[in-house]
Amino acid sequence: MKLTDLFEQGKFVVTSEVAPPKGTDLEEMHENAELLRSRVDAINITDQQSSVMRLGSLVASQQLKDRGIEPIFQATCRDRNRIALQSDLLSAWAAGIENVLCLTGDHVSLGDTPGAKPVFDLDSVSLLAAARKLNQGVDMEENELLGKTNFALGAVVTPDADPVEPQLIKMGRKVDAGAAFFQTQAVFDAETFAAFMERARSFGVPVLAGIILLKSAGMARFMNANIAGVNVPQALIDEMAATAKGDRRAKSVEIAARIVRDVKEVCQGVHIMPLGWEKQVPAVLDAAGI
Amino acid sequence: MLVTKRKAIEEIVRFTNGETAVFLLGCDGCAAASGTGGEADILELEKELTRSGLEVTGSKVVDFLCQKALIRKGLRPFSAALAEADSIVVSTCGIGIQATATVAKLPVHPACDTVSLGGIRGEWQGEERCAECGQCFLEYTGGVCPLTACAKQLVNGPCGGAKDGRCEVEPDVRRCAWQVIYDRLDRQGRLDLLRTAPLQVKDHAKMRPPEELRGTRRWAIDLATNGEVAR
Repeated sequence: MKLTDLFEQGKFVVTSEVAPPKGTDLEEMHENAELLRSRVDAINITDQQSSVMRLGSLVASQQLKDRGIEPIFQATCRDRNRIALQSDLLSAWAAGIENVLCLTGDHVSLGDTPGAKPVFDLDSVSLLAAARKLNQGVDMEENELLGKTNFALGAVVTPDADPVEPQLIKMGRKVDAGAAFFQTQAVFDAETFAAFMERARSFGVPVLAGIILLKSAGMARFMNANIAGVNVPQALIDEMAATAKGDRRAKSVEIAARIVRDVKEVCQGVHIMPLGWEKQVPAVLDAAGI
Repeated sequence: MLVTKRKAIEEIVRFTNGETAVFLLGCDGCAAASGTGGEADILELEKELTRSGLEVTGSKVVDFLCQKALIRKGLRPFSAALAEADSIVVSTCGIGIQATATVAKLPVHPACDTVSLGGIRGEWQGEERCAECGQCFLEYTGGVCPLTACAKQLVNGPCGGAKDGRCEVEPDVRRCAWQVIYDRLDRQGRLDLLRTAPLQVKDHAKMRPPEELRGTRRWAIDLATNGEVAR
């Protein structure tokens, strides 16, 4: 099922994500996916996020598909040139995958293999353009394909970037290149997000607001200091800090649900990043009335 | 030596999109040896631009454009001609184009693609670097090279990894190249360029120096030293 079909039906789309293991034991990834299965429309499978070498997103996506869970195959430009990327997209289609999230990817220096060659032969925009060509039945060089793909192509954007203008310009380039839906970096301030959506609406492409479950005040401070485009307001940090350790999960659910409620009128869905708290996701959606 | 290849006049004219007058800048170093930036080359470029309907308000061949101090000195007598120009067309290597874009207030258009270092580096002391990509991107980036200034060599805009305008890879020493590009184009009132630029795809095949350039002066000397004859 293509995500774009759900948007066309006017559905408020909910996605979440799981990460393949560092190793070959997929049990925990499948357990996490099962916790999410009944409440989400599709699940992203990250592509060696933060440049940490792991089992690949293509096979992990295929395994979810085989178990009846709709995967969103994340593909980054960090590790593969355009030949390998196009080839993996063909393989993904053959494996029954219908949704692809096209990303530039983190730099290798941030991960556990900093000496690796950073490839970046393509970037998020040119990868989208390449994938759209595969959808049209040709490769990047206009060579005809024996059988084409028909992916719903997604991309990402950071609504809380400062300045936000370059993000909006790049979002426009991604739309021009074929992006049919967007998932965003974590949103913590509904007003900033609404102001972003006011400007992003003109692109006419559905946007899923990114929701991260805050685990502690320390995590919020860490993200503010280290993660680009993430700004947790001081009020939320204070709220977490004032919560006793045993009540943190409940508080985290309450905060995430509040953000979902505050943004759901201005966007077309949410993308929940549980970061290990997959069990809490159903409660967030219940409390948000979704 | 930085080996350069003149772009087709049609491409250079397309860069000047809507402008009426340009100033020409050449380089008497490697670009002169490549047949792109010497006095005769600049005269030829001036003729071609004039034929295409552009007014050339003045021209100067500087040795060398990789040195920002020399560019400043070389341009000093031309303030009147520069004031009448909409932009500067620079016929030299990627470093000279970037150095000019850093020094000059006017927008800069590249007239060349840089294909090779040819074994010897150009003279420069600034932070501009050229990747000898053979498909100069500087027209679309305010004269900041996205291949050398961006850690990911991104050519279609910034990634999401910059924080406070600093690159995620080396935040202490590296600004986000696309922030620098954005700021410069914003100052020049040219942000629309970021929206309207064609989809950029790197062509690594263009990094190979073309056969015809292997006959340039520097190459000929090198080949002769090896006991070979330049073609």
